[in-house]
Formats: sequence, C-alpha cells, structure tokens
Amino acid sequence: MEIVVCIRRAPTTDARIKPAADGKNYEPAGINYDISEYDKFAIEAAIQLKEKHSGKVTVLCMGSKEATKEVRTAIAMGCDAAELLVDETFRDSWATASALAARIKTLPHDIVLFGWNSVDNQSASTGQMVAELLGLPSVSVAVSMEVADGAAQIERLAAGGKREKYHVKLPAVVTCQKGLNKYRSPNMKGIMAAKKTVVTETPANAPADGVTVLRLQPPPPRADGKIVGKGADAVNELVRLLREEAKVI
Amino acid sequence: MPDVLVFVEYSEGKPVKAALQALGAGSRLATELGGSAIALVIGGDGGELGKSGAGRVLVASGDAVKAYSPDGYARILANQAAATGAAVVLASATPMGKDFVARAAARAKCGLAADCTELKVEGGKPAAIRPVYAGKALLAVQAPGQLWATLRPNAFAEATTADAAKIEPVTVGFDAGSLMAVVREIVEGVRGKLDVAEAEVVVSGGRGLKDPAGEGKQNWQNLEKLAEAIGAAVGASRAVVDAGWRPHGDQVGQTGKTVSPKLYIACGISGAIQHLAGMSGSKVIVAINKDENAPIFKVADYGIIGTVEEVVPALTEAFSKSLRG
Repeated sequence: MEIVVCIRRAPTTDARIKPAADGKNYEPAGINYDISEYDKFAIEAAIQLKEKHSGKVTVLCMGSKEATKEVRTAIAMGCDAAELLVDETFRDSWATASALAARIKTLPHDIVLFGWNSVDNQSASTGQMVAELLGLPSVSVAVSMEVADGAAQIERLAAGGKREKYHVKLPAVVTCQKGLNKYRSPNMKGIMAAKKTVVTETPANAPADGVTVLRLQPPPPRADGKIVGKGADAVNELVRLLREEAKVI
Repeated sequence: MPDVLVFVEYSEGKPVKAALQALGAGSRLATELGGSAIALVIGGDGGELGKSGAGRVLVASGDAVKAYSPDGYARILANQAAATGAAVVLASATPMGKDFVARAAARAKCGLAADCTELKVEGGKPAAIRPVYAGKALLAVQAPGQLWATLRPNAFAEATTADAAKIEPVTVGFDAGSLMAVVREIVEGVRGKLDVAEAEVVVSGGRGLKDPAGEGKQNWQNLEKLAEAIGAAVGASRAVVDAGWRPHGDQVGQTGKTVSPKLYIACGISGAIQHLAGMSGSKVIVAINKDENAPIFKVADYGIIGTVEEVVPALTEAFSKSLRG
C-alpha cells in the first residue's frame, strides 16, 4: 500500500504570538516548532496502515528548510521516505494544497492523510482542497478508519457529537482527528534511521495565495475582570451581575 | 455583481442557527457592497429565508442530494458561485461547512478564509478577519477575486427582513451515482447533546473536578446539572480529555475547539495558554477556581475563588432560582 502523509511545521501551542514589525507575520524570536498536533494522528494512522497492509509511507511537507527537523521526526516515528517542498514564506491553504497536489499527482498513492486542522493557520481546508485538485474522495475529521479490499470505512465527527459513516474507494484523502489513534513517540531505532534518511528538497510549485494577508493583529484586549467573592456565598451576586450587568442570562 | 452567496445549511428540515447567522452577516455585507444576499439551500425547502436576509433563495433538490456528500455539495456550491458571479461566498463554519466548502473553493480555484469572526469592506473590497493560533492573533485577509469565507458560529447576528424572497430551483447537474463520498449512516451522539463549538453557553470542567471514575464523580454530575439548568454545552480542558475523563469532542483549546459563546463558565480550569486561546473569544467569561493566582482569572470577567465542590452546586441553585423568576 502506498501511503502519503502530509505534515506541517507549526509553532508549538505554548508559543506567545506577537505581530512582527511588518504587521503581516508573527515575531519569530523565541518561537519553538513542532509537527502540528493533528498531523501526528495522520502519521500514526499511516504507520498503522503500513504495519497492517505492508507498503511504504512517504512524508510530504511544504515549508521552510528548517522543517527537515519535523520531517525527520516523522521518519523516526516510522515513516519511510521524506520530501520537503521548500517555500520560506507563510502560504495559505490554497497555495499549499496546490503545491502538495502537484507533487502527489506524480507519486503512487492509495491513500493521502492529513491532520484535520493545523494549530497555527487553523484553516482546516488543505486536505479537502488537495482531494478536489486530485479528483479524489475526501473524508475529513476522521475518528475511525478501516481499510480493506481497496476501500476505506471511515467515521467522521459531525455536529453535536454525531458520527457520519462513509465507505470510499481508494485512492482517497482522509484528514485525521484526535481519537483516531494514540500516536507513538520515536524509538531509538527510528531516531537512528531518521539520521540516515535523505530528505529530498525541491522548491514548492505553489501558485499565488488564494487569500492575501492585509495584516496580523493582536486580539482586542479583554477588560479587567473582577473577583465577585469567595465560595458559595458569592453565587447570588454572580448571577445578579450576569443578569443585570453583563445581560447574558 | 457585488452580491453575496450564502450556503444555508439545513438539518432535519430547518436551517441551522449558525447558517442563519451567516445569512445575516451576508445580507449586511451585501448591503455595504451595494448588492444583495443570495441563499443557497441544498436538500431543504428554503422557505422563510427571505425574512432572514436573503434577497433570492436558490434551492437544489433531488436524489443526488438526499444524503450529504462533500464532493456533491462542493460541486453545487462552486457551480452557483460561478453562475451568480457573487463577489463573496459564505457558509457557516459548522462541521459540514468546514468539510465541503474548502473543496468547493478549490473547485472555484479560490482560497478560503476559514472560521472568520468579522466581515467588512476595506478599500472598497470585502475583507475577512479570522482568529489564528487559536485566537492569539487575528488575520485580516482579502482575495484577488471572489472572496470565500466560512463564519464562526455565534460570531454574527441573524438578520430580520420583511421581504419574502422568491424561491428558485437550481439544476444539480449530476446524479447520485457520480458521487465519490456519501454519508451511509449517521450514528447519534448523546441524545440532544449540544456541540460545544455552537452552544451559546458553555460550562467547562478541568482537572480541578478530579477523576469522574473516582472521587470526582459527584463533581462531574454537578457540572452536568449546572449545564442542564442553563441550557449549556459541557466543555473540557485538554488535561481532562487526555486523561480520558471526557470525550475529545468536548475539548476546548488550541488542540480542541475554539469557542465564542455569549457565556463561558470555567470550573476548576487553571487556564493554560492553549485553553485561554480557545475560549478568550467568549463574550463573558466566568471562572471558578480555588487558586486565586490561576491564570484563568486574568481573562475572566467575573471570578469566584472557591472549590468546585462548593461553588458549582450553589451556582446551579442560584441560576435555577433566578430563571424561575
């Protein structure tokens, strides 16, 4: 089985994001990076598919050259080959999806996996866009998946905790949500393998962004709050404030 | 034409609330641009949408749309985006909208401004503002051509308009057999459960409530009672979800759901930066925590210092009394 998993390098979720002097990007000083959280469920799903059905997992990442670190982490977890589509600037999901789709088109692929959302840009759209560009079925926000006989049974999380069941023929694009699996940590053997793996770097073949950034701005500050009181004695005053001052109940 | 096309999601024969909010936002933006809002309904009747801001109502129906299909819905929306020549295409950022609108935008060779909280006109062109990094920053964007955007539930108000718009059937243009992914079956979640991302009021529990399989059992029951008393959805912090105490669909924060209800009550949540990012867009935040130095009090509008054991049941009682009269 030929499995492609697309990952993204993103600021860690504990990062403090401040607009940079250009007003369009964030200030990079002091920011640490990691594989975007949900992509780890996609990597784990890819490795489990390989373990069950045999085959090969190729990691694709569009991003800066620095992202070789995240790509090597994916190899250390158990992926086999890695490719970095190099683009040093912040690109939107349309540009990213276009570059990924152009590359995936030339690779054997029975299934293409993504994290359902990125923790930075949070567009939750790159996977579905790639599916559309490749003319493949897509199921997003998968929380369970079984592959057999060239097809996948997938459950996706829909509104109100409902689960929608799909049966799609492969090749297909699936975006992965927490709950699909528990992702593994790299072991020593994987880390050694990752060191030896050659990460192919090619310039990303991306079109212009579909949405252009006017500015990145801090969120409006919240007004100072107040401590209503201590313990159960404070609840009546709280309810009064919510009703009369905040007018939300 | 400076019209705004709005996909209006239906569920069980009725437009969903978030979709009416998107239609409201679309009608206000259309007015500002000098056009009108066009509602697109797939698999619903489209009646009454004229009273919620639609100048025209397009309805796609038939066998091909009996069950939801991301590729099928994407084809219809992309076709209508082209046919209407709308300047802006909107949908609500519900699980359905998040799923297929990205496909539709790609089909139209456009980008997508996802999960926006504000729409405006800047320099004569429509612009969208969307929280990124779970709300640690806002990104303002425009598009070189048609602007496609999904709108966060509860971030926009519904509209009330007098006119009854004309209902116009539109051609689907494909049959069910050509669809690649179709919902086969829907497995119900907990009956009548409100989704934390769409609820107007959210009550969230953190590690302070302790293990529901052990000494925290009563605390979680109390939290559910509080939620029930005020019609709230129950949310949870990451620590609680990672410990397996609550389902991951309840998680609020940067690796969970980003929420913006009118009232968010955080119980026993200290307020890690990832959690604060996910809920600081709420209109009013209440925090209940025994540690007066907990970071959650920095974003809370109202705080009570105390244990969840003591405060949560008392708060339920006070709300019930107040709501009774």
